[in-house]
Amino acid sequence: MSAYIAKRLLAAIPVLFGLTIIVFLIMAMIPGDPATAILGSYATPENVEKLNRDLGLDKPLLQQYLIWITNLFQGDLGRSYTLNRPVLDEVLERFSATLILAGTALVLCSVLGLIAGVISAVRQFSWVDKTITLVVLIGISIPSFWLGLLLILVFAVNLRWFPASGMYAIYGGGGPLDLMHHLFLPALTLAVVATGVIARLTRTAMLEVLRQDYIRTARSKGVSENRVIYRHAFKAALVTVIPVIGIQAGFVLGGAVYIETVFQWPGIGSMLVKAISTRDLLLVQGGVLVVAAAYVLFNLAADVLQTVLDPRLR
Amino acid sequence: MAEASTATATPARGQKRSSGRPDNLGLLLNNKLATAGLAIFLLIVLTALAAPWLPLPNPDVTAPADRLLRPLSEGHLLGTDALGRDILSRLIWGSRVSLAVGISATLIAAFFGSLIGLVAGYAGGRVDTLLMRGIDMVMAFPYILLALAIVAVLGPGLLNALYAIAVVNIPFFARNIRGIALGLSRREFVDAARLSGKSHTQILFIEVLPNVLPVIIITMSTTVGWMILETAGLSFLGLGAQPPQADLGSMLGDGRKILFTAPHVSIIPGLMIFVLVMSINLLGDGVRDVLDPRLKSGALTRPVARTAVMREDKPGDVTPSPGAVLDVRGLKTEFHFGKEIFRAVGGVDMRLGQGECLGIVGESGSGKSVAAMSIMGLVPTPPGRIIGGVALLEGEDLFSVSDERVRQLRGSAVSHVFQDPLSTLHPLFTVGDQLIEAIQAHQPLSKSQASERAAELLKLVRIPNPGERLKAYPHELSGGMRQRVCIAMALAADAKIIIADEPTTALDVTVQAQVLALLDTLRREKNTGILFITHDFGVVSTICDRVAVMYAGQFVETGTTEEILNTPAHPYTAKLIDCVPVLGQTERRLDAIEGRPPVVNNLPVGCRFAARCPRAQDDCRAAPIPLFEFGEGRAVRCIHPLIAEAGHD
Repeated sequence: MSAYIAKRLLAAIPVLFGLTIIVFLIMAMIPGDPATAILGSYATPENVEKLNRDLGLDKPLLQQYLIWITNLFQGDLGRSYTLNRPVLDEVLERFSATLILAGTALVLCSVLGLIAGVISAVRQFSWVDKTITLVVLIGISIPSFWLGLLLILVFAVNLRWFPASGMYAIYGGGGPLDLMHHLFLPALTLAVVATGVIARLTRTAMLEVLRQDYIRTARSKGVSENRVIYRHAFKAALVTVIPVIGIQAGFVLGGAVYIETVFQWPGIGSMLVKAISTRDLLLVQGGVLVVAAAYVLFNLAADVLQTVLDPRLR
Repeated sequence: MAEASTATATPARGQKRSSGRPDNLGLLLNNKLATAGLAIFLLIVLTALAAPWLPLPNPDVTAPADRLLRPLSEGHLLGTDALGRDILSRLIWGSRVSLAVGISATLIAAFFGSLIGLVAGYAGGRVDTLLMRGIDMVMAFPYILLALAIVAVLGPGLLNALYAIAVVNIPFFARNIRGIALGLSRREFVDAARLSGKSHTQILFIEVLPNVLPVIIITMSTTVGWMILETAGLSFLGLGAQPPQADLGSMLGDGRKILFTAPHVSIIPGLMIFVLVMSINLLGDGVRDVLDPRLKSGALTRPVARTAVMREDKPGDVTPSPGAVLDVRGLKTEFHFGKEIFRAVGGVDMRLGQGECLGIVGESGSGKSVAAMSIMGLVPTPPGRIIGGVALLEGEDLFSVSDERVRQLRGSAVSHVFQDPLSTLHPLFTVGDQLIEAIQAHQPLSKSQASERAAELLKLVRIPNPGERLKAYPHELSGGMRQRVCIAMALAADAKIIIADEPTTALDVTVQAQVLALLDTLRREKNTGILFITHDFGVVSTICDRVAVMYAGQFVETGTTEEILNTPAHPYTAKLIDCVPVLGQTERRLDAIEGRPPVVNNLPVGCRFAARCPRAQDDCRAAPIPLFEFGEGRAVRCIHPLIAEAGHD
């Protein structure tokens, strides 16, 4: 199995390279003069010319990419002109906050989605199943940024159970309890859509698996129905749901953009939104690259987990 | 969104579609939720379209004196925003913008995505690899993030947001359509078109495109809601619609700044987005169910632990026949699909003594497996149900005992061996785990004791190196080995009866002989009764003491193996025996029986075999034919039998 994992790790390398090419190309498509776009329209002509030289923007595209990727390997993603600090420093600091939020949301949506899906399948056509199906449909259709605002109104403004925002420094002051207090509402909001998708899929996967011949075999052995469902069927269903959880990591990381804005969470999503409106393109580039790389790694983890569960893939 | 990709495997429905169109709409309207979704969606679309003619205040006229009026205020049904603009009017005009952007993005994504998918699937080879690698690259990005990067480059604005959302949705179309196009381009009608000299473009758009249309529509219906949601999201972040232009998302974004003082300003547009997206998703689910019925949630039902027993009349006390371990009388099992009833088993008697082997022989679909699986309640419900008969296991009626009692008896008193050992063993557990589970289900043994016992069982079924084999997964074993494991599992708790449902059909001939020999030895050594289901008379002759021939849910002939093989009384039995090739008799004709068995939801009144029988006469079709006994355990359901002593007087 370790050979397989090593193979998967190696296979991720070209994907990561592909990401750098796409990120680079997107940035190369900036209409007009990139240096002006990066520095903003109030930049002095000298600064524009200097940046053009520094970034090698006067050279052919391929050469530009090679310069850029060499710098990337040296940990140099350029300098944010709005924050006046290295892009990498800012991005990594922000990303750790996003990782806490998105990681919690991912755990929440996996656990809740799997539980809801299994219950829904086991109690098929009962009122529990119908309720879950309806809630799931609502969860998939609800705009998360709006749901966040509603939750703030109810739980922060009216009930005062949770803070509406104010998580300014993840590692400062409050300690883990304070962090969890601040984390609850945004993580829950972020998890809603993915929970719906996972629950739907789990339900279908369970229903599909429960019709398989090996389930009949388990029953013919005299195994208890609980064991049939929670051991035999669930394990088989999990194998099909795990890659989808990997994909949901992408939706959670992306959805963090809204949630961080709504709850003023100091993560990479709110950083990106600000960077886009101030046209701090190097910061956008660095942020997008780091989040995309994280997504590739999440999917890789899902792949590996699936292999651990399914001996046929080894 | 992940569900969009599940539509990949939709089969082409070339001809049916043209005539099926009004049907589809009818089917869609049958689905209440989808109809509700359609109604709400149409209401929103029509209202948005009618906006210029509705008596609404100008959505952009500010009135500082009337700012932040609550809903239901005089002249402002939904109140006013921070600049005193009428929210209802802005909501309708904003919906117009959101709808236009969402639908345009969907059309753009559908156009380019389908084109990429069609070309990749049709061309195959390098073009396919190149295009799909590109699509994979785009999908390696978290969905919204890529849209953000595109907006970052193009600059904030509604049109740019539209492009960004369209681009990130292209992969969903490309992937789904490519899968179908790939299958279609290998089909005969495409070859025919190619040979008739049509150009690739013509083939692609005239032959292939109409067949992938349902998939395009399914993908559109599952993504349009998302696209509306995401463009609203970009506007909410201030990256989409720029003032004075407003869509639902930017209204929500503006309102957010005054959330605490005037929540209605942000809540109302958010609710509108929610209702719009929800209606589209309801409609989308309905569309998907109609165009791709296999994905319909209702089509997948979960079989319960035990077949439903719904006997029309409760049987009185039945005394078991002497010497019979298992005694089944008048078993009737049906399948109910909606109003259609398939009478799979229509009254069957089976008796099985200690160490005896009864073979049930018939073509596929004759009901032999259903009859055997009914005994321990292993016929899936829904749709199966047992509607009549008793099954006495040492005097205990299996159809009236509790679920828990059935569980206890399964695998201990009565165990099963099934046809395909690859699909009947759980692929994710080791052989050892599955054996140990079968042992522990009936005996209070520790894991290590059970493991020892499992190794003994493997030795018993002649698997070499049993200790090592316990750690193997089913896919690591050969077919014969797997079936031995299944037999070992059936022996886990000294069963009195083994129900073997075509246990050798999936194996090749030499392995088949070994497995049969193994079963035969076991029943002689352990005195286990075997109910042996097969379609193969060759197999019957090696192992069975007695045989029952089944046709269309009924036994048509019973007797000892010798009697049946040497002097078949029923024409059907004779035909079945003729199907078995005999070594050395090359002149023997391997006649498949002409015609097909009757469908069990529409059975004839008289003899069920009459339509295929060379000896059939008018009286055969007139009335049901009873099973006529003409000796000890010898019976035939025929009024013009092949042997004289079976003749009716």
